[in-house]
Amino acid sequence: MNNAESGTTYEIIDLCLLAGKIMLQNGAETYRVEDTMTRMAAALGFPGAHSYVTPTVIMFTTSRTEQPKLFRIEERTTDLQKVAEVNDISRCLSQRQITSAQARERLALVDDAAHAYSVWLQIMAAALAGGCFTIIFKGSFWDALPALFVSGLGYASVVYLQRLVQIKFFAELTASALIGLLSFLFVQAGIGSETDKIIIGSVMPLVPGLLITNAVRDLMAGHLISGLSKGAEAFLTAFAIGTGIGLVLSFVS
Amino acid sequence: MILQLITSFIASAMFCILFNTPRRTLLQCGISGMLGWMVYLLLDPHWKSVVATFFATVVVGVVSQIFARSFKMPVIIFSVGGIIPLVPGGLAYDAMRRFVEDDYTTALQAAVQAFLLSGAIATGLVLSEVLGQMFRRSKS
Repeated sequence: MNNAESGTTYEIIDLCLLAGKIMLQNGAETYRVEDTMTRMAAALGFPGAHSYVTPTVIMFTTSRTEQPKLFRIEERTTDLQKVAEVNDISRCLSQRQITSAQARERLALVDDAAHAYSVWLQIMAAALAGGCFTIIFKGSFWDALPALFVSGLGYASVVYLQRLVQIKFFAELTASALIGLLSFLFVQAGIGSETDKIIIGSVMPLVPGLLITNAVRDLMAGHLISGLSKGAEAFLTAFAIGTGIGLVLSFVS
Repeated sequence: MILQLITSFIASAMFCILFNTPRRTLLQCGISGMLGWMVYLLLDPHWKSVVATFFATVVVGVVSQIFARSFKMPVIIFSVGGIIPLVPGGLAYDAMRRFVEDDYTTALQAAVQAFLLSGAIATGLVLSEVLGQMFRRSKS
């Protein structure tokens, strides 16, 4: 496929950057973002493209003579459906099933799409997961019941607070303080026996376990900057949760 | 044991809703989470938890590779749900809480343990990926 068919160089760079941006914003691994972008560029007639991806910025160039373009990423969530869709678009493009114009249209649709599950469903899911985690961590059924409520409320509050205050740290701190307080109150009221088990189950939907693992994985793959910054992000979240719970427990006990 | 398997299945599938994986993969996510947790539970009494976590992650990784190949979707969709029960989130929280409470010795122990466990998970995922690549090369 030659350049005249697939648009100008600028448009192709733009297309690859858009794909990379969607993937990175929604929780794809660093190497996958880089891989997808260079593959798409290769399919559109630029086999020598390079991309450099960190959690906050994407840099992309199609050749040595071309000026590199960069894209800043400010918000990151986890929305694996979008990652899967971009992956699919890139696959179709590589196999010449769609043109670059069609790919651009589909990418724009994916970019604008809302979270596929409603907020209520997410809160219910968080509640169920929290309850189950209490049992996985060898808590009793009577601890799982309050954990169900506490984790649902905790997740709901973190979603709500994140809209209210822009700083993630405070949203997580307040939500975990709420979780600590509610767990304490439930045990005081005689529902559930071990505050610790209820808390551990309830904070699981907030805990950055996945981020920690991804950070180590990035470090091992040689993406040192990505690994360190993801590690820092995970550390901050864990710190917020620990502080929130510690704050409440030091007051009540 | 059965209760553990059911709860790990539900927990993994619910986490996939939080991570917004496509609707038709929820069942597979739950299955990979359940299998991983089952391996962990079987190995944990005999070996150290780092080793048990490592082997459980390899199983999750291999299962995710198979699912990813048959559904033509990125591996991460299935492995994310699968490793959720294994992830040392509870430990990371525990470490931070001890730090806040000035109990540094226990805090450091928990933090190191959490770091080692996430290392084990990452190694397991990478190993399963390498195994998958070797398998594909030997076939072609």
